[in-house]
Order: sequence, then structure tokens, then C-alpha cells
Amino acid sequence: MPIQVLMPALSPTMEKGNLAKWIKKEGDTVKSGDVIAEIETDKATMEVEAVDEGTLGKILVPEGTADVAVNTPIAVILNNGEDASAIAVDNSDAEEGQRVAESRAPVGEGKPELSAPAVVAAMLPEPQTQDDPEVVPGTEMVTMTVREALRDAMAEEMRRDESVFVMGEEVAEYQGAYKVTQGLLQEFGARRVVDTPITEHGFAGLGVGAAFAGLKPIVEFMTFNFAMQAIDQIINSAAKTLYMSGGQMGSSIVFRGPNGAAARVAAQHSQDYSAWYSHIPGLIVIAPYSAADAKGLLKAAIRNPNPVIFLENEILYGHAFPVPKLDDYVLPIGKAKVVRPGNNVTIVSFSIGMTYALKAAEELAKKHIMAEVIDLRTLRPLDSATVVESVKKTGRLVTVEEGWPQSGIGAELAARMMEEAFDYLDAPVVRVTGKNVPMPYAANLERLALPSVAEIVDAAKAVTYR
Amino acid sequence: MAVAKKTQEAAVGGEAPRAADFTREQELAAYREMLLIRRFEEKAGQMYGMGLIGGFCHLYIGQEAVVVGMQMALKEGDQVITGYRDHGHMLACQMDPKGVMAELTGRRGGYSKGKGGSMHMFSVEKKFYGGHGIVGAQVSLGTGLAFANKYRGNDHVCLTYFGDGAANQGQVYESFNMAELWKLPVIYVIENNRYAMGTSVARSSAQQDFSKRGASFNIPGEQIDGMDVRAVKAAGDKAVAWCREGNGPYILEMQTYRYRGHSMSDPAKYRTREEVEKVRSENDPIEQVRKRLLDKKWASEDELKAIDGEIRTIVNEAAEFATHDAEPDPSELYTDVLR
Repeated sequence: MPIQVLMPALSPTMEKGNLAKWIKKEGDTVKSGDVIAEIETDKATMEVEAVDEGTLGKILVPEGTADVAVNTPIAVILNNGEDASAIAVDNSDAEEGQRVAESRAPVGEGKPELSAPAVVAAMLPEPQTQDDPEVVPGTEMVTMTVREALRDAMAEEMRRDESVFVMGEEVAEYQGAYKVTQGLLQEFGARRVVDTPITEHGFAGLGVGAAFAGLKPIVEFMTFNFAMQAIDQIINSAAKTLYMSGGQMGSSIVFRGPNGAAARVAAQHSQDYSAWYSHIPGLIVIAPYSAADAKGLLKAAIRNPNPVIFLENEILYGHAFPVPKLDDYVLPIGKAKVVRPGNNVTIVSFSIGMTYALKAAEELAKKHIMAEVIDLRTLRPLDSATVVESVKKTGRLVTVEEGWPQSGIGAELAARMMEEAFDYLDAPVVRVTGKNVPMPYAANLERLALPSVAEIVDAAKAVTYR
Repeated sequence: MAVAKKTQEAAVGGEAPRAADFTREQELAAYREMLLIRRFEEKAGQMYGMGLIGGFCHLYIGQEAVVVGMQMALKEGDQVITGYRDHGHMLACQMDPKGVMAELTGRRGGYSKGKGGSMHMFSVEKKFYGGHGIVGAQVSLGTGLAFANKYRGNDHVCLTYFGDGAANQGQVYESFNMAELWKLPVIYVIENNRYAMGTSVARSSAQQDFSKRGASFNIPGEQIDGMDVRAVKAAGDKAVAWCREGNGPYILEMQTYRYRGHSMSDPAKYRTREEVEKVRSENDPIEQVRKRLLDKKWASEDELKAIDGEIRTIVNEAAEFATHDAEPDPSELYTDVLR
């Protein structure tokens, strides 16, 4: 029976890719291990090797096709003796493949908002500019991914200030493990785009030392999970030295990289450090959701004279948003943003949590519960004033985060509402969080461990007594 | 084994430079600097006992020749960074004894306005970058200071001091690797005072020759008599020249000794009184200089006594200032967190 070759998933978060090139032609003999095609993911160009032996019977997806979903059949391999007529309409393998795809990419029930681009586009907020006075109405918007926005922010700041440089694992020649630093080496050279050995503690400390001497390092952690190796330098050296020196010496440094769960990478690679870093005096902590905020806040972070923890999210890297087309788009640090107005319940989140929050707000609107959705954007200093203003109107607060509940961002917001908005609350604050367990690997358990739209909808209904 | 040994030897810097004789002026300068540190530390110990200095207080007594000799090898603009046994380094960097002592007593006139204490003091003006309380952290930081020199294309070097204890921290080797890989102008000065708190080198270190600790990174290293300020200076000259020429890092193991406990609260039961007395009587860094000055008739007893008096005055004035300066204003609690 002919064997279908499926579009492979070549990274934990890959949902689709471009079929760049067929190396083998129809009629060619293929052996296990032969490179048959090249696939472009959002991160790299990868070779696809044949697993089975036979003849390349038919190419189903021509080269140059963009956005081929993972597990789409792309070719058929015929066994010895079979001819093209054997290519029947047996789609059972493909359907099976599709089911596997649904469980391996984060596209199941737990995260439907992350799967089809159409759904994502539908839930993206209208560009809100009222909190960002830099953007005058009528400013042209361009669509770009979070990944491109971050890269542009770094490139613009490196052009502007010679003392800014990027260092980290695979940031230069490899073009970034997640392609965030793509093209920087070509423009700025190896002096300013520095590939480091795998040595987080050492290069974090080296970066802080360089900042003590007046340079402005951008230290990329391949993921913040690996920054635990370096957390002593981040906290004891970067965060505390300004205070310990009586204001004499500080460090203008940005530690950035993907934070939190990606997809199916299990406990050691899926931790959300938002609450950890937001605990520390002497640090600024930023966790943007949209590409515009990623750009405007990363530029602000690089210019800031303090150590900044800039928490990105791997799943958001490939998501596109409208970004103001401005020469120098810098946003204020420490300012939350009302992304969707409403008056029945306030939902507060940040980073990828916003995808659940916005989707839930749409679901709630269908039930005539109008949620006001606030993106914190900066976690320290925390803009509780914006949350309090909203709670004064709604009397209810639901917080959403992928991190653990104990001592989390939601816990902090709940405490602040007790202190600052107690008389306005008509219901207890409810937290929707990641579950109190290390992140499991199995797809169904991973979905259960993360917050879901349904949990937010239920929480909002509970606090509005519906 | 033979091959491995040969590789190690190849990686070290060959013959240690001989202790070149000092001129009279150099001997007198070294004597004065070392004596200032000694008297300052004795006073700090006394004030700790009186309750004027709190927390941890790590005295440098016995190790004075190391910082004084190394400082003599530097030029304006070179940087210094060290761990928590830092008072001597600050005085050698020409920081004001009043400001250092007032920081020890937690007063507003201290270098960190009273907010850093013994282990956390800095002077960007004097190129002293701390004063770091986490064992080994200053090694990565100092490597970063050297990175900044290379980035800017200047010829400054960074002296990065750490002890035999810190030499067993992982980030030291992460730093060694990057420093040699990128040819950073950093001199790692390992102050081997034989004890990491209460654990002797023999009990904590598989390789007790610290000059070889950079061997697997091809960083040259030398063992130096850290009690002889002339040997330290000569080694410093050689290492500084190596770095300024763009050859990358250099390791100097300074064999030295601390007379006092690890900190003021350490009864030092892990060594005998005789061991301490032997070093003090036979090998004291200050006594060595004093003897040479007298032997060569470069100074009389009276002249040295006069220097002694000047130093005591400086130290007493620092103690006086640090005792009577006001504590920081309560409003300082919330300043300098961010800028």
C-alpha cells in the first residue's frame, strides 16, 4: 500500500511551514534517510528525510507552497512493485495524522485560540491607542509578528546607541534559537552580537559587569528556564547593587527571552517566572502580549537605566499584530492597558494569558456579560491604579496567568484590591492560574495544567452571580 | 599521567618573575600603604568589639602585600573588583578611609550612604567596583568589566580578586572560558590564604596549585610569594603587560595568610595558634619592608615611627568620623532602589 509522507512538525510550537523545495522528483527512488524536501519553519530551514523505502510516486504539495499545516500529506511513496494507480483515496492515515496533530500542537480544546490563524485574527484587539499618547489617531499600522517587533526594537536601539550589544547562546551565527535576533549579526557584526558558550551563570554575571562599566547589554536567555542558573547574578548583582552602593553604581541591562510554557516540553522547560522576578525590588519586569507592546516596551527597556527582566512567550513569537509605523515607538514602562472595555467584570492578564482572557471576553459577551480586559504589560512596577479604576466600575475581578497560584500575580492583585478597592468589590477576587503541579508532558494533561477559556468564563459568571 | 602533567606545565607562564628590588621611594610607599591597611583593620576590629560595626566584618590583616603590590602595577583607569574581604582593596585604590569606616558603622557619610556595609562598597571614581558578598560572583562581574574594556578598545585591565574558596565555584570556570575565548584583559588574582572560612585548601581542593586552575583553558598562571610586596609587584607588572598587549587573561596565585579569623565571629579553631605565630614572626609583609628600610639605612627608627604616627592619625580620624557621623536619614530607606 502506498505510504503518505506528512508535513512534519519540526519544533514544539510549529503549526505550519513552507514547502521550500523538493530534492527528489516524482519517479525517483528513495531510501530511508534520503533528504527528500526542504521545509521552512518560522525558525529555520529544515531537511525532511524519508523514513520509508520505495519510489516517490506523487508530490501532493508543490514546492513554494506556504503555510502547509503540520500533518498534511505532502507526497506519496510507492512500495516496490506498486505503480501510481495504487495511489487511491484512502485518507484514513491522514485523518489519523490529523488527530495526532491536534494532540501534539497546542490546538486542542484547551488552547483553540492558538490554532487557526483565522481564530487568532478574530480575537485580536482593535489597536488601542488611548493609553499610548505617542500614537496619534490615523497613524499607519503595519502588521508584524512579535518576533519581528522584538528584532526591530533591538536593531533600532543598537543603531541609536553604540553601547548597546546583544549576547547569548546562538544569537549571532545561528540567528537566534527562536530567530528573534535574525539579521543582527549581519548588520552589527560579531563585536556587538556575541555568541556565548552555554554558560548562563557566567555570561549573566559578565553582562552585569559590563553594565557596571557603562555598557548596555541585552542578555538573551534561550529560555528563562535556563536563567535559573543565572538568577544569583540577576538578583544579587543586578538588582541590588544600586541600593548597596547608595545610588552610585547600577546596571542598565535587559535580560530577555521566552518565558513560560511553550508546547509539550514538560516541567523543566515550561515554567512561568513572572511572579518570581516581580517579587524583587531593584528589577523592572515586563511581559508584553502584542507585537506593538513588545516593540515599544523593549525599546523602553533598553533605554532604562535599571535592570529589566523582559519576559517573552514562544507561542506568541509567530503571532501577528498591528504595529504603529513610527520612527521611534517607545512605550511607558509601568502602565497597564485597557484592551477591551466593559462594565460587568474586570479580567486582568498579561503575556499569553491575554489570549485566554480576550477569548473568554467574547464568550461572555454572547451571554451578555461585558468584561473589561486589562493587559498589565509591566508586572513591576505593577499598575494597580488602572485595575482599581476598572474595579470601581465593575465591582468584580478575575485574574488570569499561566503561572502557579501561590504567591502569584493574581495573588498580588487580590491583595491589592483588598488594600486599595475593598469597598468597591461586590464579589471575591477569583484567580485563574496554571495548576499547582509541575508541567506534564502528555497533551491532555498539559491542557489541563494550563488555564482555559472555560475556566475564565466560569469564574466571570461566578463573580457576576450568573 | 605524564602527558597531562606536561600539558599543565605548558599552560603556566614559566618562571615566576624574581622579586625586583624596590627603590627607597617604592619601599616607603609600600610600607605606608600596607601599614594604613593594617592599622585600619585593627581599628575596625576594635570598633566591631565595641558594637559600632555590625554584621559580618572580614579583616585583611596579613594579606596587605597582595593589594599594595598589585596596585603598584596598575595605571589610572584600570579597574579593581573583589569579594567581601575588601577594606584593604578600597584603601589601596585610594578611597577615603573616613568614607570606608563610616560605611562599616552604617553612617550617612559612608561610601554607600550606610546601605551597603562592609561587604558592599564601590567607588566608580576610583575604579573600585566592589565589594561583593556572594562568593565567586565578582569573577564573572570582573570578566564583564574586562569585556567592556575590550568592547571600547582601550588598553585598561581589570584586576579580579578572589580567594582559594571562591576558586571552587563553577562560575569561575565559566568566566575563565569566556575570558580566554575572547582574549579579555583580566588578571585573576587568587588570594590563597589557605582557608576557605574554616576549611583548609587541602580539605577542599583537588588541585591545590591554583596557578594551574586555568590550565584547561590555556590561561597562563604563576604562584607568587604574596607576603613579599616586591614579588607581587613584579608579577603584577608581567601580568598587566600580558593583558595590555591583548593576550587575554592571566592568573596569579598569591600565597598569603590571614592572621585573623574568617570574620569577626570566627574563633579559628581549625588551625593552631603556633601556625599563625610562625607566619607573623617569620613572614610578615610589613615587617619585611621595615627590615629592608632599616638595613639599607633608607629610613631610621624615628622616621618610621613618624610614619606610624601619621597613619594612626588618619585611622583615628576615620574612626572618629565614623563614630559621630549621623545615621542615614529614614527617607533613604526608599531611595536608590531604581534610578
